[in-house]
Amino acid sequence: MIKFQKISKIYSPNIVALDDVSFEIQPKEFVSLVGKSGAGKTTLLELLLAEEEPTQGRIFFDNQDIHKIKKSKLPFLRRKIGAVFQDYKLLRSKTAYENVAYALEVIGATDEEISRDVSEVLEIVGLSERFRNFPVELSGGEKQRIAIARALVHRPEVILADEPTGNLDPYNTADIIRLLLSINELGTTIILATHNKEVINKLGKRVITLEDGKIIRDEEKGRFIL
Amino acid sequence: MFTSLERIIRSGWITFKKQAGFTVATIFIMVITISLITSLFLFQKITKFSISLLQDKVDVSVYFKDTSLEQDILEIKEQIAKIPEVKSVEYVSNEEAKKRLLEKYPELTESLRETQGMLNLASLNIKAGQADQYAAVANFLENAPFKNLIQKTDYYQRKSVIEKIFSITFAINRTGIVLSLILAIIAFLVAFNQVRLAISNSKEEIFIQRLVGASNWFIRGPFLIQGVISGFFAALITLLIFIPLVYSLSPKMEVFFPGLNLFSYFINNFFLIILIQILTGIGVGVISSIIAIRKYLKV
Repeated sequence: MIKFQKISKIYSPNIVALDDVSFEIQPKEFVSLVGKSGAGKTTLLELLLAEEEPTQGRIFFDNQDIHKIKKSKLPFLRRKIGAVFQDYKLLRSKTAYENVAYALEVIGATDEEISRDVSEVLEIVGLSERFRNFPVELSGGEKQRIAIARALVHRPEVILADEPTGNLDPYNTADIIRLLLSINELGTTIILATHNKEVINKLGKRVITLEDGKIIRDEEKGRFIL
Repeated sequence: MFTSLERIIRSGWITFKKQAGFTVATIFIMVITISLITSLFLFQKITKFSISLLQDKVDVSVYFKDTSLEQDILEIKEQIAKIPEVKSVEYVSNEEAKKRLLEKYPELTESLRETQGMLNLASLNIKAGQADQYAAVANFLENAPFKNLIQKTDYYQRKSVIEKIFSITFAINRTGIVLSLILAIIAFLVAFNQVRLAISNSKEEIFIQRLVGASNWFIRGPFLIQGVISGFFAALITLLIFIPLVYSLSPKMEVFFPGLNLFSYFINNFFLIILIQILTGIGVGVISSIIAIRKYLKV
């Protein structure tokens, strides 16, 4: 489903974010990318979203080289991918409901479809009663759940989660990870970038470890090893 | 498609209302821009009026001999009027010429007027459109079959003055055009910068919209709508400012430019002025939005 083939990303002669990285991700997998800050985790996700272009190598999504896609067609790629970030990236001027609905508006869903799907997904993340609140009125955990709802509502094939628990306390962290696991059980591929040791060790899922832009370990039931 | 369009318009209108601070500032800058354009439109009228006033003072006089018959002079007038370079021809009879001289120089006796070279002969005052056209007229008169009826033509005496006046009016016109262009560009840049500032305030929102798969037009659309709405309101405000302003300034302008009724000109061109204002406002809003947002859409 997703294939990184000899990917390198060099920002300048001195800054090598990724160095000859290759791996594949199958549908319905739950994969964690681990490594310290600057290892290249976020860069990998940005390349997959076509926010950045690789210096060398190719990335395939559903057998399509994503960096050969025309710029005008990139939105269609991004609609197959849901993204969740450490800083939530919610639209401040929209309510929780409107933030989630926005993902359906851009794909041209009807008002009826939006009403039905947004209600359903808010139910899944446990925030049906907070739909009228603006992000500023929500806690960190609630904001992240709204972000996950937005990532999920248009039924993407993959959800990318870049340090989704970075700003959360352990209780909310556990809630978010449980949510991602249940989404994965429903059939969505999850790629989780994190440097949270407890999360990785509890998951017992595939772990790709990065260091200085290179993959140093790729284990099916990986653990966080310092 | 219509659903998306409806959402774009609704989003643009809602954001326009929500971002009150930026909206007011943007409209204010646009009002200044539209006011400048409107002023330039009125200024070009004043310039044209001044130029025509100046050029109207320029003419060439052909003085006919005492023995020339009025009928012959009038026939010659008809012939000269047919020359393409000639704008107008005025016949001044002997009596009229004497009357004008008396009015102009009441203190001088008739003999003194003659010795000073003042002619009270019948004449034709010829006006042309351009300085070089007077030369063509003079040339025609020199070679005309009726040249024996002509006492004198004052073209060669006044040639340098004529050329100077036309040169000045040409310079005024050209300077007016260049100045107008420069001011219009400055006005556009100021308005563009304001719109760019408003859009850069939304750069994180734009980033998020791109990430969830919004197309460039879906992101761009609401900003264009805001540009249109701001431009429209700015045009309306400018119009409401200019109506009383021109009305009050018009009599004062007439002191400096007798015969120029600026308010009348404003009213006669009212719909054109509204059109210019709306097109300027909307044009500035839309073009500025398109250019400013390109950076964030990474196109």
